[in-house]
Amino acid sequence: MTVRSGDRGRLLGRFLRWKEASILLVALILVGYFEYANQDFLLTGASLQNLSQFIAPVAIITCGEIMLMIGGEIDLSAGMVFALAPFILYFANDAGLPVLPAALLGLIAAGLVGLVNGVVTVLLRVPSFVTTLGTLFLVNGLTLTISAGTPVSPPDAPIFAAVMGNWGYSEISWAVGLVVVMHIVLRHTRWGLHTIAAGANPVGAREAGIHVNRLKIGNFVVMGVLAGLTGILEGFRISSFDPQAGGNQIMFLAVAAGVIGGTPLAGGSGTVIGGLIGATVLGVLSDGFTLIGINAFTFNIILGAAILAAMLFNIHIARLARGGAGD
Amino acid sequence: MTEPRETLRAENIAKSFGPVAALRGVSLSLREGEILGILGDNGAGKSTLIKILTGFQTQDSGRLFVDGNEARLRSVDHARSLGIECVYQDLALANTLSVYHNLFLNREILHGGPIRILNNGAMRKRAAELLDEIGVHIPSVDLPVERLSGGQRQAIAVARAVNSDARILLLDEPLAAMGAREGGLIIDLIQRLKGKGGISFVIIMHNYVQMLEIADRIMLMQRGRVTYESHSQATSVAELMEIVRREYREMRSA
Repeated sequence: MTVRSGDRGRLLGRFLRWKEASILLVALILVGYFEYANQDFLLTGASLQNLSQFIAPVAIITCGEIMLMIGGEIDLSAGMVFALAPFILYFANDAGLPVLPAALLGLIAAGLVGLVNGVVTVLLRVPSFVTTLGTLFLVNGLTLTISAGTPVSPPDAPIFAAVMGNWGYSEISWAVGLVVVMHIVLRHTRWGLHTIAAGANPVGAREAGIHVNRLKIGNFVVMGVLAGLTGILEGFRISSFDPQAGGNQIMFLAVAAGVIGGTPLAGGSGTVIGGLIGATVLGVLSDGFTLIGINAFTFNIILGAAILAAMLFNIHIARLARGGAGD
Repeated sequence: MTEPRETLRAENIAKSFGPVAALRGVSLSLREGEILGILGDNGAGKSTLIKILTGFQTQDSGRLFVDGNEARLRSVDHARSLGIECVYQDLALANTLSVYHNLFLNREILHGGPIRILNNGAMRKRAAELLDEIGVHIPSVDLPVERLSGGQRQAIAVARAVNSDARILLLDEPLAAMGAREGGLIIDLIQRLKGKGGISFVIIMHNYVQMLEIADRIMLMQRGRVTYESHSQATSVAELMEIVRREYREMRSA
């Protein structure tokens, strides 16, 4: 089959009009660059595993942040919930509970923090930026207190540990699986559709009979559970539960991944797939600069500039594509 | 000729917000297939009345009857289950969602089975059929609503109410912020829907000329009361203006 140049132009146009296209382009260019600058970047098992470990935790947490951002909310406490959940698991296991129910308890605790975030934000009408700023410190203090500030070793349960992050590809498998699930939730269920509707027009959504409060609180709970799960996965991956793990770094990376992927902070729209690609861009940057051997002090300068550049590129390519489409 | 049956009746509806009395005993009656127009200034109580009729707010006193049966409207869902649907001034559309998702908002068609997945194909198809049926023309039902004009958006909002099998349609300022041509499209749409039968309308408007063009009967509301009622043919813009002017002078001198 031959493709005439006009068709090819149309194909390119259609690709660029696809919401996630521009950020995917950024990701591919970055991968290409690092593969060129460092031959060992992608194409060996070890380096691929290494890269996936940069991407997976951010990808999972960004799913939750994106659902919140669509509603015009944010969860700043996610990184602290990330650190809390493994310790709940540890102490429950220490008290005699098998590791699986102990893990569930950890997730329930994480969900409870989400519930508190949601109830305070929605029912007591505190902006989520403020609510979760409060729980950020509160949960951090709680984790430091119960852990006495010292890391512990995860429970000795080889199979469970392997599934929950210790096997090289388990965390990225969780991440991809959860991204698929959250994408389906967002695009193909009433929950997701109503989340978008409530973000785009809260009053209108309420008038249409949508239970906006229930929806928002639910999304805070989902965020908490995802953050807690990520903390447990990372804890088993590095075989250490650290009260200082996660923190604001991972939370802000997750928010950045969402924004880079095409979810505006203002709410009303969003894309989970874009969030995964955004997390990939950040992971590629972190992994790539580490492999090239950038000085630790200059690393954040370059990472920050690269995030800005990726975001600008994404926003303006998207605008050009929309304008050029002419419909 | 027999009178069409009464679909909606309100008796002595009153509602206060703290010390402010928004409605001081409003009564109305709506017959099947009729268009009742409510005119009035800002603060006359029109919007409060609509919110009570749609179950969004509850009256302090007074009674409502739907199809002859007394109804205490508990919620928007309850009113909707009785066939009352409102197209609000602030347009309950979600701008970032497609036309067909908006038409089916909170009434989505789902695939069968335990995982309740949206049946986008069925919604898209039904949406196109529905818009065709009532003569609303837009480029595509896949477009996000924000890409449509004000008139088109209003038409989609009306179509959504029709899609829900509403029998009593409440329209709050359906022509607000619209040019004459766009407004004309909405007036045509309302008249087409009326022609199809089975739907009664309560319409709130500022514009007397458009109101007399569209409504069968007119009610004038002032400061929470109905101060004048007439068939459209039996009144004129001049007469309505005179009543409003008189009331205004009384208010100023009080």
